[in-house]
Amino acid sequence: MKKTGWNLESIVEKLPEYIEKLKTVNEVLLSNLVMVGEIPAPTFKEAKRVQFMLDRFTEAELQNSSTDEAGNAVAILPGKEGKENILIVAHTDTLYSEKIDHTLTIQPNSVIGPGVGDNSLGVAVILTLPFILEQLNITLDSNLILLGASRSLGRGDLEGLRFFLSNTDIPIIAGVSVEGVQLGRLSYSSIGMIRGEIVCTVPEEYDWSRFGSVGSIVTINEVINQILEIPIPKRPKTTIVFNSIEGGTGKFSKIPKLSFLRFEIRSESDDMVHEIYQRIEDITTDVSYRYGDDISLTIYSKRRPGGIEFSHPLTKNVRSIMKYLNIKPRISPSTSELSAFIDQKIPAITLGITKGDRVDDEKEIIEIEPIYTGLAQLVALLLAIDRGQCVDDK
Amino acid sequence: MTINKWLKENTFHHSRFQNINDLVKEKEKQGLNLSLCIPTLNEEKTIGKEIVIFKSELMTKYPLLDEIAVIDSGSTDNTRDVAEAFGADVYLAKEILPEMGEKKGKGENLWKAIYQLKGDIIVYIDADIKNIHPRFVYGLLGPLLYNQKIQYVKAFYERPLTTSHGVRPSGGGRVTEILVRPLFSLFFPELSALIQPLSGEYAVRRTLLEKIPFPIGYGVETSHLIDVYKMLGMEAIAQTDLDQRVHRNQQTRDLGKMAFGILQTVLSRMNSLGIISELPILNHTLRQFQTDDNVFETVEYNILEEERPPMIEIPAYRKKMGYK
Repeated sequence: MKKTGWNLESIVEKLPEYIEKLKTVNEVLLSNLVMVGEIPAPTFKEAKRVQFMLDRFTEAELQNSSTDEAGNAVAILPGKEGKENILIVAHTDTLYSEKIDHTLTIQPNSVIGPGVGDNSLGVAVILTLPFILEQLNITLDSNLILLGASRSLGRGDLEGLRFFLSNTDIPIIAGVSVEGVQLGRLSYSSIGMIRGEIVCTVPEEYDWSRFGSVGSIVTINEVINQILEIPIPKRPKTTIVFNSIEGGTGKFSKIPKLSFLRFEIRSESDDMVHEIYQRIEDITTDVSYRYGDDISLTIYSKRRPGGIEFSHPLTKNVRSIMKYLNIKPRISPSTSELSAFIDQKIPAITLGITKGDRVDDEKEIIEIEPIYTGLAQLVALLLAIDRGQCVDDK
Repeated sequence: MTINKWLKENTFHHSRFQNINDLVKEKEKQGLNLSLCIPTLNEEKTIGKEIVIFKSELMTKYPLLDEIAVIDSGSTDNTRDVAEAFGADVYLAKEILPEMGEKKGKGENLWKAIYQLKGDIIVYIDADIKNIHPRFVYGLLGPLLYNQKIQYVKAFYERPLTTSHGVRPSGGGRVTEILVRPLFSLFFPELSALIQPLSGEYAVRRTLLEKIPFPIGYGVETSHLIDVYKMLGMEAIAQTDLDQRVHRNQQTRDLGKMAFGILQTVLSRMNSLGIISELPILNHTLRQFQTDDNVFETVEYNILEEERPPMIEIPAYRKKMGYK
């Protein structure tokens, strides 16, 4: 419900003051970033990072600091009235194995290291938010639920956030998903998606004396050729992405027995995603039959398309806040946390906090200075939601 | 005090002091000023992180530290700029007590910190720690804040390989196990209970720091332990387990130089304490060897362990502190 005496102007006019104050909390955020970022957290192995979050929540004297069966870290910053609840979430897992060096380096203008932007910064923001609001003398009327969501990436398939949303009995009025990069990111809708893996195995009784091109790489190549012949419509917008391919042993003398292909089908239409998936399934059956190899097809994750409208007050207010802060919005559909909110019909958006480069690289780098603007944007959005500015009257 | 009694009573784990609020209360009750000193020489990669973490956790969130100072030996990289950018007080060692001249070595920075910093307790932390954490500071301050008898707290680093409670070997690095512990076992057996006598992290009360001399090079840690032990006994020394420390690994040849410096310091201490007499004039050249096309060549290093006198003997310091 819209609260009287509040409008977006009264919120954004305070932003310059907030940015100046946010510069003074710089080291607290960076300290959280380093401490959380140096704890390796590949998907399904986030427990240590989650424990760190829980320790911090307890230290900040938040309510209900706890974990759950899906390995999430959750706590509540109670609101003045506590009648409504806003959920702010960052995924805790990263793309990096615990075997690589997770040391982060801080330079005057940047922080460098694996996963620093995706998504250690997002987690650090969640951890620092209670301190930030305190420094800005802001007490929300609504409860703010802080969630470190585990098992999000790849085969995790958003398990943590889905579990939380399916099992909590707290009604949530809006969700905000925080990603470290890029500042300006604005995702309010999710596209339909299926991620899958095709595995081609040459059977043991294979006729090794036969001539011509042989081995699992040839078979997987045939699968690719046939997938490329699938007609892709212009409307609804649809793409097939080959994400990675592996095959063979790396040796000349061996005929490859095993090959993998990982792919993603994305479309604005759920029907189109499933239609293409069906075609791929038919292709694998056909190629398997003709080549005599075993071909398996496994789905790792699925997303249904959906989300809020471009004109929804939540999106509109974010765009206005960005405009006020001179942030150029990068509007893009998302395949991340947003779709878990969409499944539960909770209006939600994804925001980025700063500029970064070399994402998905061990030398990932983020800039420090834009963080203040990114945080101001987040605080303004939370205030706008809290003061009832983002409710869709329709 | 027996070694086992000392190990039981004066050896701590950092987790015992992790309630920083309680440490702050204790500090305020005793009216103490606490300083952190980070000696540096070309540490631009790690210094920013150290300052951010200590400032955030031990100044902004909990007012445990009253100052964070970097004493730099003249870095040629961006160490001083990075440290300043994150809010440390940055000093060039040669600009502190300039009338005393300039000597090169970490011990020089530690010694000059006694003059420059205002703390009743100074915590020294090396700048090359990759896995920095607030425990490095509060783990060393804890014993001093809770036990008035303790004057000098040394860090050691142990990470249990398993969670079993069985016996497992424990100890220091190569120079400790090959040189320092055998030397201590021969001449100062009680000091051999220090698990890592060469660790560069320790916290000391000013009232003690100002009374001990400072070798400026490799021997500073060893000489401190001998001097404190002789002045106050083992009751004044404690050690805290800070878990794992990740840092640059040193080459064996560099450890040779370290061992050469330490040996000079220990011999001269033993001489002045009358443990050995008629020490010949020591040669300060360390010779190491390398081959070039199967021809052996000598590489010579001049390693002279110079020493700064106790700070309390320096007139400028006495004046600053108001001592008569």
